[in-house]
This record gives sequence, C-alpha cells and structure tokens, in this order.
Amino acid sequence: MRLCKVIGSVTAAIKHPTYAGLPLMIVQPLDARSMEEKGSSLLAVDTVQAGPGDQVLVMSEGSGVRQILKTAKTSSPIRSVIVGIVDAVTIDEGGE
Amino acid sequence: MYLGRVIGTVVARRKVSGLEGAKFLVVQPLCDQLREQGPTQVAVDTVQAGPGELVYLVGSREAALALDPYFVPVDAAIVGIVDGLHRPERDTQDWTP
Repeated sequence: MRLCKVIGSVTAAIKHPTYAGLPLMIVQPLDARSMEEKGSSLLAVDTVQAGPGDQVLVMSEGSGVRQILKTAKTSSPIRSVIVGIVDAVTIDEGGE
Repeated sequence: MYLGRVIGTVVARRKVSGLEGAKFLVVQPLCDQLREQGPTQVAVDTVQAGPGELVYLVGSREAALALDPYFVPVDAAIVGIVDGLHRPERDTQDWTP
C-alpha cells in the first residue's frame, strides 16, 4: 500500500457500471520519510469519505479491491482504492 | 487507474478468440495537470469513447475484467469518460470539456 495525498476528484457520467456511485479521487503518492510528493499521481476509488488535502492509504491490487467493495461479481475492473485516512506516520530507522 | 486522451483507433482484423468485437483506441496517458506522461498505448474501449476525449483507464489484470467474458488478453481498458476535474491541491483551474 502507498501513502498518498488526495489532490482532487474526477467526475464522469459515462462509465463502466462497476464505477457507478463510487467517488473517484486523484491521489499523489508521498515519500514516507519526507512526506513530500514522489512519483506520478493516480486515480483511486474512495471508500472512506476522504477529501482534498487528506493523507490516505491507497491499495493498488485488484483482488483485494474486490473484497473491499464486496461486489458479488468477481469481475470489477477497479485496481486502486483508498482504504484509510492517515492520522500520523512515525519513522524510526534506529539511528541517533 | 489513470487519465488519458484518445488520439486514434486501431483496426485489427485477425485477433485471438475473446477479442472479437473489441474496440481498440490509441491513448496518450496524462498526468493530473493533463500533460503527456509516458508512451502512447492501445486500450480496449468499454464506454464508447471517441477521438479527443479525456478518459480514465484501468491497467493490468483488472483491464480484462471490464470486458465480458473477462478471460481475455488485454492490459488497458477505458472505463470512464471524464466530465470534470477538480484539483484544489494543485494550482490548476477545474477542468470541464
């Protein structure tokens, strides 16, 4: 899973039926040490009512997504999902 | 999932079984500022997208799940046509078609 910041959202009227009713957010991966932006942004379905500016946990793995969304159908073409809103991150690498 | 712009179509007369009837489009992946990102790719279309449209895609194994039947060899699928982008965390205005 990746630490990300919510940048904004995407709206679409015409979409694959499995995306119906699911908010789609733009998320920017962060470096866990510096909490600075790292890498390119991606789109993720929101399941935890995250908003712009929130630090979130994003899972990018399809079969886990299908468990979370509890879609009876095994065939949901969704890969990335926001699974948590991050309150705090602590890094302890054992140094002084 | 990621953003992209449809820039063309691909016609393939001979395809593996399962891909009959699938519509292939050429897509330029874009970043959230709508700048080009990475090489163009060919994606299967599930939402009747047309040239020039801003779309979002799903990649990897999940792309095949957008199709019915889903045991087909595709690794990118267009699954939505974008109506608006709202990016309060960027110094960019909202995007509408």
